Amino acid sequence: MTNLKLELTNVSKAFGPKVVLDGFSMKVEKGKSMVIIGGSGTGKSVTLKCIQGLLVPESGSIKVDGEEVVGMKEKDLERVNSKAGMLFQGAALFDSMKVWENIAFGLIQGRKMNKNQAKEIAYDKLKKVGLTSDVGEMYPADLSGGMKKRVGLARAIATSPELIFFDEPTTGLDPIMADVINDLIVSCVKDLGATAVTITHDMVSARKIADEITMLYKGKNIWCGDVKDIDNSNNPYVEQFISGKSEGPIKVEI
Amino acid sequence: MNFLSNIGKMTVKFIKNAGELALFAYSVITHLFRPPFFFKNIFTQMIEIGFYSLPVVGLTTLFSGMVMALQTYSGFSRLSAESAIPMVVLIALTRELAPVMAGLMVAGRVGASFAAEIGTMKVTEQIDALSSLSTNPIKYLVVPRIIAATLMLPFLVFIGDVIGIQGGYLIGVHKLGFNSATYIKNTWDVMESFDIVSGLIKAAVFGFIIAMLGCYNGYYSDGGAQGVGKATTNAVVSSSILILIFNYILTELFFMA
Repeated sequence: MTNLKLELTNVSKAFGPKVVLDGFSMKVEKGKSMVIIGGSGTGKSVTLKCIQGLLVPESGSIKVDGEEVVGMKEKDLERVNSKAGMLFQGAALFDSMKVWENIAFGLIQGRKMNKNQAKEIAYDKLKKVGLTSDVGEMYPADLSGGMKKRVGLARAIATSPELIFFDEPTTGLDPIMADVINDLIVSCVKDLGATAVTITHDMVSARKIADEITMLYKGKNIWCGDVKDIDNSNNPYVEQFISGKSEGPIKVEI
Repeated sequence: MNFLSNIGKMTVKFIKNAGELALFAYSVITHLFRPPFFFKNIFTQMIEIGFYSLPVVGLTTLFSGMVMALQTYSGFSRLSAESAIPMVVLIALTRELAPVMAGLMVAGRVGASFAAEIGTMKVTEQIDALSSLSTNPIKYLVVPRIIAATLMLPFLVFIGDVIGIQGGYLIGVHKLGFNSATYIKNTWDVMESFDIVSGLIKAAVFGFIIAMLGCYNGYYSDGGAQGVGKATTNAVVSSSILILIFNYILTELFFMA
């Protein structure tokens, strides 16, 4: 019996002549928190979109609970996606809906839950991410960046998913708010017993959230290991990335 | 060489877009008949298209009817054929002016808003968020708009027919000196149900075109605010052109076949 929740094998994806993922492989065990680090444009977001079936890779295999996602029928993909929640980089809240309707959306549309029951859960999740109940009646346009992230997190966990994706959860936030979001992510994932995959280039966030870290560079997995081993990786790419120095094997194309 | 290369690029882009639109239309049509159906979204869009477009369609058809009466009078009076004015106003409005004017107005008002709304949702990842919440974006966003526009444009055109004929009547009776009862009788006597039905069928086709192109351009927009702006422009221009092309094709089909 395999304990793998998510398995990517030799996944490749290109947009025209630009190769974004070039044989990327990664394994995530059930209940673990995997953080994918890497610079901008290295294919982190594309990886998440391929896992969710929003993009179709040219080759390779993506398995969720041992089920192949690549080439899966639309209906089956919806079923697999119903096991997952996602916090988007810009929160991606629906402008036309109130905050509580955003949070309850997956419950009402995806799980066909009664509206009142879904509203109750939405307010409970709102409380869980540290927001007061009056926020529930507001619209996304009335919220600050940090509040939007919290609402996005509440929406991601509302359906109690087995697998949660976090796309750059702390980008654009001040260090204190970023730390609050990191704490919330850790506690929410722990409470749900979920498997988490986070993409970030924020090392403070990565160290706080991760059980394991994978580094993506030029579409390939160039290092993978336990979070406590990251400072002794003996990998020049990882060392340059975590130290944030401009000198090293990673050349920034200007 | 640059000139030839540009022609080549434009041809490839045209073929790519045509293929993309065909696949999008296929996906929409298959989802039209498969549950779940988002009735609340369909109703919301019906109000948005049908109710809120009434003033613009009403005004356009009113003045079209008025101008039609004035123009036919200035032409037909030379032939002493003024009595044909009610018939010309009726036929011109029901068969052509009301469907085409309403189509163009709704393309500007509704087609643009579909493209902008869906385009903004696309660039802010809200469409990806729908998928991640196990909701098919085509089914949730596009299908209700297509159904609502296809149903509501005939409704708008029917109202436009009534208002436009009323406009012709106002000019005929109050400016050109027609007897009120004679004008109404001349209109009523020549009215054939197919004049109205053909206009309503055209309207349904135009509604489908407007919603399809508005949603398609929004759905495939990229590049932030500029991309959304481009998608909006493309939606209005392409649907306006297609409305005029399909107007000719349908006229040929209905009245020349």
